[in-house]
Amino acid sequence: MDTTKMKKLPPKPINNRTRTIHWLIGIVTVCLIIWSAVGIDFGGIKSSAAQITGAIISGIFHPDWSYVWNGSGEDLISQLWETICIAFLGTFISAIISLPFAFWAANTKHKKWYLSRSGKIVLAIIRSFPEIVLALMFIKAVGPGSAAGVFALGFHSVGMLAMLFSEAIESLDTDANEAIASVGGSKWNTVTFATLPNLMPALISNTLYRFDVSVRSASILGLVGAGGIGYPLIIALQYREWNRVGIILLGIIVMVIVIDWISGVIRKRLV
Amino acid sequence: MNNNQHQLKQLPKKELKWSTLIWLIVLIAGLFISINVTNAHISVLLAPDNFGQFMDVLIQMCKPDWSYAHVIWPYLIETIKMAILGTVIGSIIAFIYSFLIARNIVKNKAVTGVLRFIMNIIRTIPDLLLGALFVAVVGIGPVAGVLALSVFTFGVVVKLFYEAIETIDYGPIEALTASGASKLQIIHFAVLPQVMTYFVSYVLYAFEINVRASTILGYIGAGGIGLYLQQTLQLFQYNRTGTILIVIIVVVVIIDYISSASREALTK
Repeated sequence: MDTTKMKKLPPKPINNRTRTIHWLIGIVTVCLIIWSAVGIDFGGIKSSAAQITGAIISGIFHPDWSYVWNGSGEDLISQLWETICIAFLGTFISAIISLPFAFWAANTKHKKWYLSRSGKIVLAIIRSFPEIVLALMFIKAVGPGSAAGVFALGFHSVGMLAMLFSEAIESLDTDANEAIASVGGSKWNTVTFATLPNLMPALISNTLYRFDVSVRSASILGLVGAGGIGYPLIIALQYREWNRVGIILLGIIVMVIVIDWISGVIRKRLV
Repeated sequence: MNNNQHQLKQLPKKELKWSTLIWLIVLIAGLFISINVTNAHISVLLAPDNFGQFMDVLIQMCKPDWSYAHVIWPYLIETIKMAILGTVIGSIIAFIYSFLIARNIVKNKAVTGVLRFIMNIIRTIPDLLLGALFVAVVGIGPVAGVLALSVFTFGVVVKLFYEAIETIDYGPIEALTASGASKLQIIHFAVLPQVMTYFVSYVLYAFEINVRASTILGYIGAGGIGLYLQQTLQLFQYNRTGTILIVIIVVVVIIDYISSASREALTK
């Protein structure tokens, strides 16, 4: 008699309120998913889809090696190099612009709440402004080419980088500042001996992280003509040169992995 | 004595480390090289002609044409639908995949190694590039966008989620193993309760990224509002582009806010 009772676990305590809330959230989510699945027309898939997928995969395994380097400046290596340069310069520009924005948006002690709130809203707007549109606006200004890509990246990255910077400033430990102020250090002393050394690793690490993201962005900016590897890729896709698509994809994958790895190593040593 | 006091008043000089110097040189060299390669001199941008052009576009965008809003409305809905579907499909695949590559669930290092290699490769491909590939494969339309977003979501969620699985507490797993539970029972009763909140929060995070990405996917023909972005930009109707941009920014900021608020509520 006793043993059968032992086998059963005691029933879970039921909290009706959280239970209803969980059910409501679940039902709303399922409804949203069904709603979005119903609205999209899945009939429009090209009949050649499987064949093209096969062609792209075979292109990746039989890449057009002659495209890697031919010295014309239009080959894979020089285009990838250009992509990296766009990302590098773009990140550098955005890091500089981000600093004042970060101090504006950081929610520190001696500041009115609306100041940091307004800064955060501005950054959210910059983040949501599509990169591609910004790139097209700069193409209109400075003409097609990698310069437009650099400026587009430089301004777009501010939205994310300044947010990361401001978070670093917010989580800054003020003990060191107080220590220096209490032994009679000037404002300049506190900045150079306490704020900067504490802040620098976070800033550099965030910038490196953004550089990783920028390399990915730079490789798609070419789709609209703002320089880099994206342009030859979209051309190869349009002309259905699958071997070339294969080698470009391989190139992008290798480039991104190498840069992620390098910046990961540097970031690990920083922290 | 006097000398000593004098010395004390000064803070120690900061010494310049060799490594710092080398990094500075690398940075400056990188700057020169990349300015040369990309030809992005700041003077190019600030030339009155060029800068005027830029400001001209910007000013036109700031005078939105609201009569255009009803044209783009259905496409905005389509964009959000794409983002939801992409997030759902990608997350479901990522959910299963994460268990296969977590080393505390699957003990076979060869299997996890190969699967992780595939995951790392998928993660490197940017969203818009996936869009361009899928447009080439399945043709122009929202299906290409949904597929691109699914693959992209998979890359975002799988990395975060398998790391969450690997950091769980071993106690419940050992207790269940000791009482003779099967692998699925262990996952259900010991692993899932520990990682579910993380999973939901990562999915919401991916959804935020997807909403942003989906707004421009249409530019390359992968469905959604981006199509009109491209059309208006090509026809130089910048006031209409401005309308679309404002709508996009408002929607993105609202969805961001809801999603990050619910993420915070979850992790609390």
